[in-house]
Amino acid sequence: MSLAAPNEVVTKALLRLVDVPGLDRPAALITLDNGFDHKKPNTLGPGGLTSLDEAITAAHAAKPAFIAVTGKPYIFCVGADLTGLPLLTDRAQALEIGQLGHRVFARLRDSGVPTFAFVNGAAMGGGLELALHCHYRTLSAGAAALALPEVSLGIVPGWGGTQLLPNLVGIPAATQVIIQNPLMQNKMLKPKQAAEMGLADVLLEPADFLERSLEWAAGVIRGEHTVTRPEVDREMWDGVLFFAKQTLDARLHGAVPSANRALELLGLAKETDFATGTAAEDEALADLIFSSELRSGLYAFDLVQRRAKRPAGAPDRDLARPVTKVGIVGAGLMASQLALLFARRLQVPVVLTDLDQARVDKGVAYVHEQIEKSVSKGRMDKGTAARLYGLVSGSVDKSVFADADFVIEAVFEDLNVKKQVWAELEKIVAPEAVLATNTSSLSVTAMAEGLEHPERVVGFHFFNPVAVLPLLEIVRGEQTDDATLATAFAVGKQLKKSSVLVKDAPAFVVNRLLTRFLGTVFAAVDAGTPLEVANNALDPLGLPMRPLALLQLVGPAVAHHVGGILHAAFPDRFGVSENLKRIAEAGKPIVVDDEINAEVADLLVVGDQPLTAEQVRQNALDALAQEIRLMLDEGVVAEAQDIDLCLILGAGWPFHLGGVTPYLDRTGTTERVTGKRFLPAGVASLPA
Amino acid sequence: MPREVRDVVFVDGVRTPFGKAGGMYANTRADDLVIRCIRELLRRNPQLPPERVEEVAVAATTQIGDQGLTIGRTAALLAGLPKTVPGFAIDRMCAGAMTAVTTVAGGIAMGAYDVAIAGGVEHMGRHPMGEGVDPNPRIIAERLVDQSALVMGATAENLHDRVPHITKERTDAFALASQQKTAKAYANGKLQDDLVPVAVRDPETGWGLATVDEAPRDTSMEKLAALKTPFRPHGKVTAGNAAGLNDGATASLLVAEETARELGLPVAMRLVSYGFVGVEPEVMGVGPIPSTEKALRIAGLTIDDIGLFELNEAFAVQVLAFLDHFGIADDDPRVNPWGGAIAIGHPLASSGVRLMTQLARHFAEHPEVRYGLTAMCIGIGMGGTVIWENPHWEGEAK
Repeated sequence: MSLAAPNEVVTKALLRLVDVPGLDRPAALITLDNGFDHKKPNTLGPGGLTSLDEAITAAHAAKPAFIAVTGKPYIFCVGADLTGLPLLTDRAQALEIGQLGHRVFARLRDSGVPTFAFVNGAAMGGGLELALHCHYRTLSAGAAALALPEVSLGIVPGWGGTQLLPNLVGIPAATQVIIQNPLMQNKMLKPKQAAEMGLADVLLEPADFLERSLEWAAGVIRGEHTVTRPEVDREMWDGVLFFAKQTLDARLHGAVPSANRALELLGLAKETDFATGTAAEDEALADLIFSSELRSGLYAFDLVQRRAKRPAGAPDRDLARPVTKVGIVGAGLMASQLALLFARRLQVPVVLTDLDQARVDKGVAYVHEQIEKSVSKGRMDKGTAARLYGLVSGSVDKSVFADADFVIEAVFEDLNVKKQVWAELEKIVAPEAVLATNTSSLSVTAMAEGLEHPERVVGFHFFNPVAVLPLLEIVRGEQTDDATLATAFAVGKQLKKSSVLVKDAPAFVVNRLLTRFLGTVFAAVDAGTPLEVANNALDPLGLPMRPLALLQLVGPAVAHHVGGILHAAFPDRFGVSENLKRIAEAGKPIVVDDEINAEVADLLVVGDQPLTAEQVRQNALDALAQEIRLMLDEGVVAEAQDIDLCLILGAGWPFHLGGVTPYLDRTGTTERVTGKRFLPAGVASLPA
Repeated sequence: MPREVRDVVFVDGVRTPFGKAGGMYANTRADDLVIRCIRELLRRNPQLPPERVEEVAVAATTQIGDQGLTIGRTAALLAGLPKTVPGFAIDRMCAGAMTAVTTVAGGIAMGAYDVAIAGGVEHMGRHPMGEGVDPNPRIIAERLVDQSALVMGATAENLHDRVPHITKERTDAFALASQQKTAKAYANGKLQDDLVPVAVRDPETGWGLATVDEAPRDTSMEKLAALKTPFRPHGKVTAGNAAGLNDGATASLLVAEETARELGLPVAMRLVSYGFVGVEPEVMGVGPIPSTEKALRIAGLTIDDIGLFELNEAFAVQVLAFLDHFGIADDDPRVNPWGGAIAIGHPLASSGVRLMTQLARHFAEHPEVRYGLTAMCIGIGMGGTVIWENPHWEGEAK
């Protein structure tokens, strides 16, 4: 076998012949088990596939009543072993990976002996495709999730998924599972949904899942159960795919090749025979494995899975101090969102304060409404709700902070206001209480100046919407000590956020880059580029939203404010756009129903030197490359990887760009602008 | 306030196949075994709405780890019974499940509830006998009980001393017959219906399914004679003429007779009487003799009224002492017709319900029999007996 995968954790296919009551011959039960507990789930690499191949051969030799495949506790199989992919050096090897999986799995589909998948736990990617090859499927109602997430990484389900799924559950559901869900923050199916969709023939309770599965299989063999599956509607096939393609193009503008390839394969599945369909999967998989987008996707996946969990530069976690009560200064929308988040995740008392009782009441009422909503939607049980009601309170008197260990402010973005808040608080709280600021652009160091204990001030910058975006920029001021920083990281982890350590530099990472980026777009508009052209210029990147939509989300006033701060810090690179100022002052919606608001367009005063879309794009990318290089040189973050992590988690920048530095590298932008790459060739790109 | 005592019936009973300690259940939790039994009982009796179950009594001798945490309650929750169904843990060593049955029967009879599940579990592989025990030093200091009383095999040797006419050959012959009766019962499909298949996982070989008892073995008088006597040099008690160390669980459904009729649940046995009696701990094996006398007395019956016996075979010698006492032949066909614990196994606290489940099956096959009894000896010197009436009795012979 040429598919060496030196790091493969081999999932063994363990065969046991099992006597099942009611059958006169034993059943062949194959357990997939990599020898670790559920925290290291089963995956399939060349070694695992070979083991499965051998187990199927041995199973047939025993002339069993049926062959069934199941998993280890909680895990069926979560797909192909990805660790070997970046090591592949030629396309033929990539082709072979697809072919090997197809060949082994096909033995379950072509078997003369009935085959069953007992999907006892999480089944994703190649694991789910394995199950799809079996003649019948039982599914545990306790399985954590089912999904075909390949497209999100930059590949396609390449072991039969694109051909089998639509012919089992119909094209609308298959398109949802293979294309739409992976591109919606990798949404997965719950067992009940999967069963309703027709992915499994029977949904069984987890308590005796395997016993009932064996019994059900024996019933099928004896002819006691007839399995009927609804006929797949072929009339709608082309229409569904046409609509899916339109939706995809409107969102991603062709920037995600894996999605397009998956759509083509789903199209083939309508009438093409299985062998031709799977051969097309092999080709698509091989092409995509050798695409830059996949290499960036694997890099991004690793950042999110690993680096996000062990933040670079974070101090020893043992230094963290316990947090038993949280204070929140301000009771506006941001403060209220923070109160709910802290109460839910830390399960400690959270007190909101503001200038007057009305604001405080409004803030607490907001939290209570959110809790009620969660309960009414069935997302929270009454016991948890009762606990949270009790945890969140408000007061106009800041003395309620006296026993808080962690106070975060979310007041107006003005240095003097914030300094005043801290000065006042320092008289109330204990000397070790952490004072955290949710500032998006002000200097943490400046904010701590003049305090008796400046070492306990730290930046704690969330991204809007707080409940959705997982990034937390933790900002170390010049005097911030390790215990404070460790406490901030510990709290971030409890909040289930991914924290990145950032130096106290203007606007930190995400806002600085987005501002620079938007700045080039507005500079183009100011120069006379039509708003439409400038707004669409970045479409080929497949970003989550166009510049004007982003501006609307952030709020023109906030963008203008942050822009001003960055302009003051770096006037040569961050200009002030008069047009942005006009938009901010007008306070009108910029984008309405995906169309630019004509009233806003009319506000603009523009020059007579329009740029082409290509020029706008190049300016934007050049500016990003330059700014990232400067940030790395300034030591704003430890490495380029942290920049990418921030953009992925804080701005939703896509995997296929790898955040952004892999994309800037592979387009040659980085070398042209800064003289050298951000990442060595091969790290997030094809081998040199 | 005046009240009537209500009749209590045994509706159904199931058990897991019994394993050998360190055998097929080596990687299976004890609570999972009894949960399987509870779920199977509910499944076999779909007429019973789960919320009508009002008590779950589960016995275990060693109530530690997966046999701890008030196992009757936790097993009920994990089996998927409604949260409103209460449960408790119970312990009377080998008679745990028997005591679970008599306790809930008492509750039903006095009207505290109508439907209860009673069962037991013992995973002797995960929880060896004597795990975590801390006997009071006064037991030795004040010579309250001989130290041998805490080692069951030693009590069986002590019993041999008291009944010297029961020879080792007789115990071996009884043991061999037990194995042969069990093998025949399996061959005739008598035991299979009581069994709940259990999925068992081995990290090295994957998932399997336990469908038969692991302990029964093919043996002979010669082989039995050659076994060691681990409890005494030149003793009489061997691994061959005693029950082994086993893993397994049982569960049964006890219901007020009027409720069984209301819900359309089948009546397999009607409870007549029960008795528990203490004896000298050093010879705990004689326990079933006085407990049977007590149960008979309460029922107003004599031993001659009993048409079927399910006696727990902890040791061949204690069964033979019982039979001798009541003048019953070693090979009387009324006694353990399908063999007993020597062949099938004896996962301590679970065994009582196995005896009842098997007696219920005999009743169905023997409408000529009116009364049967289940009895067992118990550690620290006790015996327990439950007398049952056959609802299928046709009134001819007694």
